[in-house]
Amino acid sequence: MIPALNEAGAITGVIAEIRAELPGVDVLVVDDGSTDSTAREAGKAGALVASLPYNLGVGGARRLGYRYGLDGDYDVVVQLDADGQHDPKFVPQMIDALDEGDVVIGARFAGVGEYRVRGPRSWAMSFLSTVLSAVARTRLTDTTSGYRATNRRGTALYAQFFPVEYLGDTVETIVQAVRHDLTVRQVPVAMRPRVAGTPSHSPIRATIYLGRAFSVLVLALIRR
Amino acid sequence: MSLQLTTTVCGLLLLAGIVELLRRRQLREKYGVLWIGVGLVIIPLSVFPHAVDRVASFFGMASGVSLVLFAAIVFLLVVCLHLSWEVSRLEEKTRTLAEEIALIRMKVDQNTGSDVDQR
Ligand SMILES: Nc1nc2c(ncn2[C@@H]2O[C@H](COP(=O)(O)OP(=O)(O)O)[C@@H](O)[C@H]2O)c(=O)[nH]1
Ligand SMILES: [Mg+2]
Repeated sequence: MIPALNEAGAITGVIAEIRAELPGVDVLVVDDGSTDSTAREAGKAGALVASLPYNLGVGGARRLGYRYGLDGDYDVVVQLDADGQHDPKFVPQMIDALDEGDVVIGARFAGVGEYRVRGPRSWAMSFLSTVLSAVARTRLTDTTSGYRATNRRGTALYAQFFPVEYLGDTVETIVQAVRHDLTVRQVPVAMRPRVAGTPSHSPIRATIYLGRAFSVLVLALIRR
Repeated sequence: MSLQLTTTVCGLLLLAGIVELLRRRQLREKYGVLWIGVGLVIIPLSVFPHAVDRVASFFGMASGVSLVLFAAIVFLLVVCLHLSWEVSRLEEKTRTLAEEIALIRMKVDQNTGSDVDQR
């Protein structure tokens, strides 16, 4: 399942790679009100395309994916980004890890790959990792990763519950998984630079990110 | 201009506005009742701003006007909170609808697509 917002430049390659690497899987692209030709390109590349009537944000798009997974009775749902940063060759490893967990995170900074971030964004990320590792009682090094796999239990939870808020889609989902007695695990993955288009984070936003990460985490922990 | 005149005119204008909105069915009944109630409290108070002086001194306030101001601010805060809550609920509902529409649209497209193939 791939949420995509204006990723016409990258989506075709991402889908082609998934189909080559993982023959026989269904690829669902959730087009979140893109103003470019993302939906058409995805359809041409052989993916199922669900087009939201207006922009819901990553969380909304992902819950739609999980609902589709639940309705279609899929054993495993994998969510990855449309920008080519998530290499589908790690999917089999993540699915193997589902033997021990209900939610598996494809984690950067876990020893594999070159991807690094610096400054406030990296402080926020390590802070989140520390707290969420304690919450989940396992070592999590990359809690904001959008590369994840769920089994049926994880899919059922996320089909019903998936916050739209920025960061809620990554941080709060981990807290909720633990709350619902699901097991969270991680698999180290290498992250690549995005293929085309623009990342949704600028340096200024990285600083705000730190504050938001903190408030999202506190809210996630006190929420029922 | 006297205080009494100012407050009375404002009170009457507010009440007229509320009634007009209700009359045009622009306000749901649950809000309409609330605002009519507010109007009914405001009008006498605006004509006699010192009517609640006694109550005010009971709460340790120097004048009834302060009490009315204080009560008004608390009331407005509660109303704002309530509206935020309603908006959050509505956003959740529209989000669910949007997801539902996208799923249904995908199914419809698939079905019409296969129809075309059969022809
Ligand atoms: N559905 C949806 N997807 C989005 C939105 N914004 C970004 N995305 C997608 O989310 C993924 C990650 O975005 P990106 O900017 O690379 O974030 P980063 O990887 O965390 O730096 C990509 O697949 C984007 O196309 C949005 O508003 N809605
Ligand atoms: Mg990215």
